[in-house]
Amino acid sequence: MTKKSVWLSGPYLAWIVGFIVLPLLTILYYGLTDTEGGLTLGNVIGAVADPLNIKALGLTLLLATLATVICLGLAYPLALCLTKLKMKKKSFFIFLFILPMWMNFMLQMVAINTILEDNGVINAVLTFIGLPKLHIANTFGAVLIGMVYDYFPFMLLPVYNAVSRIDGDLINASKDLGANSFKTFLYVSFPLSLPGVISGITMVFIPAVSDFAIAQMLGGGKIQLIGNIVEMNFTKGQYHTGSGLALILMAFVMLSSLLTKDGAENEGGGMIVS
Amino acid sequence: MKTLFSGLRKTYIGLILALLYSPVVLMIVLSFSESKTKWTGFSLVKYQALFQNERVMDAFITSILLALLSAAVATVLGTVACIGLLAMKKRLRSTVNAVANIPLLNADIVTGFSLMLFFAAIVGRMSHATLFISHVTLVLPYVVLNVYPKLCQFDRSIYDAALDLGASPVQAFFKVLLPDVFPGLLTGFLLALTISMDDFTITYFTKGRGLDTLSTYIYNTYHIKGILPEYYALATILFVGVLLMILLIQAINVRSAARGVSAKAQGTK
Repeated sequence: MTKKSVWLSGPYLAWIVGFIVLPLLTILYYGLTDTEGGLTLGNVIGAVADPLNIKALGLTLLLATLATVICLGLAYPLALCLTKLKMKKKSFFIFLFILPMWMNFMLQMVAINTILEDNGVINAVLTFIGLPKLHIANTFGAVLIGMVYDYFPFMLLPVYNAVSRIDGDLINASKDLGANSFKTFLYVSFPLSLPGVISGITMVFIPAVSDFAIAQMLGGGKIQLIGNIVEMNFTKGQYHTGSGLALILMAFVMLSSLLTKDGAENEGGGMIVS
Repeated sequence: MKTLFSGLRKTYIGLILALLYSPVVLMIVLSFSESKTKWTGFSLVKYQALFQNERVMDAFITSILLALLSAAVATVLGTVACIGLLAMKKRLRSTVNAVANIPLLNADIVTGFSLMLFFAAIVGRMSHATLFISHVTLVLPYVVLNVYPKLCQFDRSIYDAALDLGASPVQAFFKVLLPDVFPGLLTGFLLALTISMDDFTITYFTKGRGLDTLSTYIYNTYHIKGILPEYYALATILFVGVLLMILLIQAINVRSAARGVSAKAQGTK
């Protein structure tokens, strides 16, 4: 507890340097060199020049954007509904909404597949009421459903935190001054909730853009995302090409956390229950 | 008009909850059915199959042991680090925190890939040790984020009083400081446990050949074996386990908050 106790953080600092900083420098090194060790931008340029990768990149951005938009579209009204609940009920309902997030991720994917499969629950219901079967498993739609399901709590928590912190007096003041409910929302509530919205967007977009497991489990290998190509390079031992792609993913991460720095600082703890 | 809105709100909350819980409820209900995809009466065959499937049980046990071990090490390392961080100059501390929180912000695939490359460069191949180190790295920020705020709330004069009354710094640490920050420590530990159990991506890149956690086992065998009946039973057990754990975390937080309030009330008397 004195100045000397700074040294207690020594092992921690060593751990951070050893297992966070050095690995990142390693991936940077691999990404910017070729197999002979010569400096090159080939891995990064090759990553965006290969037509197969461009297609995957486009698909990834489309999926991640759609998943983020759908999560926001579902979570924002839900956050508004939840703030209107009685105080005691509120924390219980928030708890209910994050609980499924803690079931094992792979088992979640298995569970979603049992619903979407060609002879799964949805199709059993459709057949029962005499409608034709839907083919959802192993499609773009299945991966999208999986992403929305898995990342929804990451959007809900920061948005809810921001919405619930809005001062009720400001809303009343706006109404007293003659604005209707819609105008109050547009000019008062929504701008005040923006930090939470931005933080939610990052927390969904980053895992979505770098996913490969959901695409593999629910897309049945038919949906190739950038993450799947990184994984393929990993299994084939093509570390330089893989690192080049990973650097592009990292650029997306840095870009979105820079764009949303203010929001993330306030709401960064959204993933943490307590 | 007002009741209409309130009704709509409740319907919307109910609808999202139904969507969110349908996979979970389905797994739990079907885990007690004999048939794989239909309800054919109560049966425990899936649980029996789970306990007899050595490979799935091995992977499950590996997941639990890895989570316990990495959470324990991260809790000790993180708690000791927090005391050091508290004594640190503010600017240095915020730099350290920014770097330490990179794994929270960064994409898991980049974290996993970079750790794998680093280990490949220094030790050649992945092993139990590389997996363990990676998990500690993954969960360490969660411990620090839970312990540090509690440590900031700790009243230093109590620690100094213990020293004045003749306690050694080590005694003062274990008898005065530790009990006070214990709720934060326990929350951090339990959170670390669940994060480690749930991880797939980082495990996938840093595990040694032949070793599987539950997540990587399901992933690696899914395209050959598909959905095993065992998974229904496993999902139920895990869901109930996590539910109990979160209730425990909440109970600890409520108790420590109540204690804080009563301590303050006593102080004002």
